[in-house]
Amino acid sequence: MVQRLDTLVETPSQTAGPYVHIGCIPTFAGVEGIYPEDLGLSPIQEGAKGEVITITGSIYDGTGWAMRDAMVESWQADAAGIYPGQEGADPKVTGWCRFAADKDSGEFTLRTVKPGAVTNRDGKVMAPHISLWIVARGINIGLSTRIYFEDEDNSADPILARIEQRPRVHTLIAKKEGAGAYRFDIRLQGEGETVFLDL
Amino acid sequence: MTDPLMPRRREVHPDPYWPDYKTSLTRSPNLPLLSMESTVSEETGPRFGHNMLGKLDNNLILNYTQGAAPAVGERIRVHGRVLDEAGRPVPHTLVEIWQANAGGRYRHIKDTYFAPLDPNFGGCGRTITDETGYYEFMTIRPGAYPWPNRANDWRPMHIHFSIFGHAFGQRLISQMYFEGDPLIDRCPIVATVRDRSQVDRLVAPLDMQNSRGMDYLAYKFDIVLRGSRQTMFENKPEGM
Ligand SMILES: [Fe+2]
Repeated sequence: MVQRLDTLVETPSQTAGPYVHIGCIPTFAGVEGIYPEDLGLSPIQEGAKGEVITITGSIYDGTGWAMRDAMVESWQADAAGIYPGQEGADPKVTGWCRFAADKDSGEFTLRTVKPGAVTNRDGKVMAPHISLWIVARGINIGLSTRIYFEDEDNSADPILARIEQRPRVHTLIAKKEGAGAYRFDIRLQGEGETVFLDL
Repeated sequence: MTDPLMPRRREVHPDPYWPDYKTSLTRSPNLPLLSMESTVSEETGPRFGHNMLGKLDNNLILNYTQGAAPAVGERIRVHGRVLDEAGRPVPHTLVEIWQANAGGRYRHIKDTYFAPLDPNFGGCGRTITDETGYYEFMTIRPGAYPWPNRANDWRPMHIHFSIFGHAFGQRLISQMYFEGDPLIDRCPIVATVRDRSQVDRLVAPLDMQNSRGMDYLAYKFDIVLRGSRQTMFENKPEGM
């Protein structure tokens, strides 16, 4: 026999289900009057430093159907690459946003400031990116991915560098569609499948 | 400086692709996830203050009517602690819940089950753990409900939980089931968790010690989030 490890085991995930909106963005579900407003409506407040951008996209299932019931959360640094809560962070950037695929079109829009490059614990610099976490009915454990930007230098990013099949890198890179406007589609399965992260 | 998260043990979680849960077949990646150690982007996360909470936010019996009239159903108290894998309490973290009413009906534009809505029940609540990681809610026991999967599938009574922790990489959504519900072992969503001891951890025991006579029954539900790996050797750039 040996000593017992005293670490605990993480509680298992279960799908967020079709009614995740009730708990997380009740107004979207038609439940009003419990909270003053839904949480995480915007990751920035008036006066946040940096370029204001919008990212539009859809989340496609394995049949190519744009899902109508997904909920997404985003987390990002401010324009200087500093996360909220860290020293020197922009007080107008909360960094966290919740948004849902539109129930008719399946399209989502995220309006935020473009994050700066982020220096990691090991001193390596990560290209500007926004972390995403996607939940929905049929997703048994939330899916993590990142949005990078076509008009940034992504060549030295340590995460992108880990993708062995180079043609898959583009699945993490938002396409520029105009001044401050980007497109980022997510494909859960099959052709053009988005790279999902385990980190 | 942030600490690296312990790697997620995927084997203690559901299988993403589970034939008996039909929707999962087209919503699970075919290709392997890209694994690496967490970065500052996963080791930081949003924080929420107790001041954002309304008085009735953790009372689903009363919060939809702002205290004017109680929801119909068996009154229950759900309470427990949020810990991390290292056994440390997770203080001041947001816990959100949502559930069906006593008849198994959700107040949602997409729920068309013919069990009636309760005019006094909204179905969501939230709270923030205290400094010891403790939280509690008052609610009503949700009803089981049928769902379109196989021809006669029913969800056991359950409460959906959303928990944040302090790092975006700890983010977790799960469901709490109730001790003794015979539908648990018949549910294909429960069965996505293949490790039986892990399923047991989703089932809240009846907690008579914390129930109150002539008032409510209590259920205890503890939640464990990913922990971080603290070390004195690594807080410097690689190779130094
Ligand atoms: Fe449910």
